[in-house]
Amino acid sequence: MSSSDALRDPVRFIDERTASAPLIRKVMRYAFPDHWSFLLGEVALYAFIVLIATGIYLALFYNDSTAHTVYHGPYQPLDGQEMSAAYKSVLDLSFTVKAGLLMRQTHHWAADVFLLAIVLHLMRVFFTGAFRKPRELTWIIGLVMLFTALLEGFLGYSLVDDLLSGMGIAIAYGVALSIPLIGGPLALAIWGAPFPGKPAFFSRMYIAHVFLFPILIGTLIAVHLALVAARHHTQFRETPRHTDRRLIGIPTFPGQVPRSLALMFGTFALLFFLGGLIQINPIWLWGPYHTYLGTNGAQPDWYLGWLIGALRLMPSFDVVIGHVTLIPNPFWGGALFPLLVLAVLAAFPWVERRLTGDRRAHNLADRPRDAPTRTAFGVAFLTWVFLIFVFGAADRLFVLFGLNYDLQLYVFRIGIWVVPLFLFFLTRRICRDLQAAERTAHLQEEGEEQAERERSVVASQAPG
Amino acid sequence: MKPLRWLLALLAWLFGRRRAKAKQGESGERIVPAGAPNRGAENLVLVLLGIATLFAVGFIVTYAEFGPLELPNELLGVCLGGACLFIALALTVVAKRLVVTEEVEEEYPTENEEEQAKVLEIIHESGSRFTRKRLLVGAATAAGGALGLAALTPAVSLGPLWYTRPLDETPWYRGRRLVDVSENPMVAEDIEIGSFYTAFPEGADQDELASSIVVVRLHEGGLQLPAARRTWAPLGIVAYSKICTHAGCAIALYRKPTFPVVEPHAALICPCHYSTFDPARAGAVIYGPAGRPLPQLPLLIDSAGTLRAAGNFSGPVGPSWWGVRDSKALNE
Repeated sequence: MSSSDALRDPVRFIDERTASAPLIRKVMRYAFPDHWSFLLGEVALYAFIVLIATGIYLALFYNDSTAHTVYHGPYQPLDGQEMSAAYKSVLDLSFTVKAGLLMRQTHHWAADVFLLAIVLHLMRVFFTGAFRKPRELTWIIGLVMLFTALLEGFLGYSLVDDLLSGMGIAIAYGVALSIPLIGGPLALAIWGAPFPGKPAFFSRMYIAHVFLFPILIGTLIAVHLALVAARHHTQFRETPRHTDRRLIGIPTFPGQVPRSLALMFGTFALLFFLGGLIQINPIWLWGPYHTYLGTNGAQPDWYLGWLIGALRLMPSFDVVIGHVTLIPNPFWGGALFPLLVLAVLAAFPWVERRLTGDRRAHNLADRPRDAPTRTAFGVAFLTWVFLIFVFGAADRLFVLFGLNYDLQLYVFRIGIWVVPLFLFFLTRRICRDLQAAERTAHLQEEGEEQAERERSVVASQAPG
Repeated sequence: MKPLRWLLALLAWLFGRRRAKAKQGESGERIVPAGAPNRGAENLVLVLLGIATLFAVGFIVTYAEFGPLELPNELLGVCLGGACLFIALALTVVAKRLVVTEEVEEEYPTENEEEQAKVLEIIHESGSRFTRKRLLVGAATAAGGALGLAALTPAVSLGPLWYTRPLDETPWYRGRRLVDVSENPMVAEDIEIGSFYTAFPEGADQDELASSIVVVRLHEGGLQLPAARRTWAPLGIVAYSKICTHAGCAIALYRKPTFPVVEPHAALICPCHYSTFDPARAGAVIYGPAGRPLPQLPLLIDSAGTLRAAGNFSGPVGPSWWGVRDSKALNE
């Protein structure tokens, strides 16, 4: 080694004080399987970084007060209007704070991309069976993060206190009230008083959005990644050398680091381009919220669309004894439905183990066709949720295409059951056909090789 | 001449090509496999990083150059995004062209049965001096549980606990005047058939959930109110809570029959989940997910011709909760 190595002193300094050289060396040579679909989780991580960075900026200007104030500012249509200090602070952030609009829109886009990346990552893990032993805990933590992120996003756009966010909080209040037995006291505890609640409710949302939930998500990300590293990534069986016991991949350093950083800066670029170029949630158009105001065609951010769909699709049904309501309607679509989806996904690793009797640890990822029933179930389940999501926009479909709302309601009420069932059998069929085709091709290849060998044997035996 | 010499030294330091010295471990074998230098890729990375720098500087210049009102959001986004994009491209070139692409193999970690046994052994051996383990564990659980409960107790201050009476309270009482959003009294004669009015109790907090009501006027002959509510709609003017009994949004839509022959009669609609209520039939649900009718507010017209409440709502306002009593119970 050359004595003029400038890095020698820092490396020695760190190791002498932390004794971490063996660990650092191990981390540097940790193997990452090289497949694009393994990067979806990383995109979520990088979107989270953008959320934290832009969120800190927004927090420096946001005011969580619901105190009445009159708007006087550059946005003329709202000039002289009475509104909450919270809404005014976000208007000012959008119009008078330099770069405020860019940060706000980038933050909003990052939330949408964050959840999209999580959902796609979840689908990748599901359809490749990567949730199986020994990675069930990583799966569960991922699910908890998904649902925490949903709530976190909802809190974020609720803080703005514009008309749309107010309507969203009203529905959340209705859903909280509907929870059996504890709904009334629970909603009163959260809001401090009947809706719209005490001013403290906004402080509570604010501390939850900028502190409690980010800390929770950040901690869960750390545990999630630690668990991934402890058990290593799954890998596809690309060659016979890729086995359940041996992982083949690109080392962290130097191979993976520039790749990951490129993805990180690529995600940043995408989010800043979106935040700069594509308008999202133009809050000044909605106006301030009052409990007695509502607007037609209100739509939440995409990741809550499945809940508004469920609330709209659910038939009018309350559990009533005499004239006393026990379980009101919003519970089914607003609380039970998402909890059911969470429960099915969380229980899936154990249910599959019970049904298949396969209790072994798996490091090789399946291709979707390798597990036809799982893939079929996944497609059906996702379709079920997706169709309910689509129905959340039924009123928009009515406005855009003139599709009768009532007709859509009945078609969807049947369709959400029939279409997934049909897709279950179709998907299973396709997977099995693909498997069969592969087996045939494999046998054919073997047969040809056999024939080739026999020919060459015959040729070599032939008298020359 | 000194500055010039410094500059030349700097340039030499920056641009001087060093021979790629083979730095090897003592065994003589490399850890990271060797590869040929790629000057083209290096140049490309330099260009890309240069462009990224320009974009980043562009962001600062844009920010400084424009006032807050004419600051172009698009330009800011493109500058910041562009800087990130070109760094990403530079890193991609580094990853694909400059850094050696190698494969490493690792054994997947396996179960450590021996270590598991050791862990168990340590735990069991540590407890060998305890003779009444169950009792101690019970006592510790009790102490821990009580402390946990004590720590959670202050959470009760968040709101009323097991006391849902606030949900039933309304600012309405017999004789309270109806006013519009600017506190002007509502005159009965001004309420027109086919229009839709929002009213509040005079002097009350308009944002309180039980404050706002919808007021519509229907043909008196078309009213189908229960016998007990005959007197609730003077001149055919009916009032209902404006808050949907499904999920608490405001009943912001009024469907009035513009061509009564084929169109359904008047309806109050919530835009959130399309619960639809019939103002002629005591706010009954005619469509959508709501489970309870809209609470009706009895009206009277005072000597000045203004509208006043003739009592409180027929039932609880807003979304339902466990144990809420249907308005029917209050009438029958």
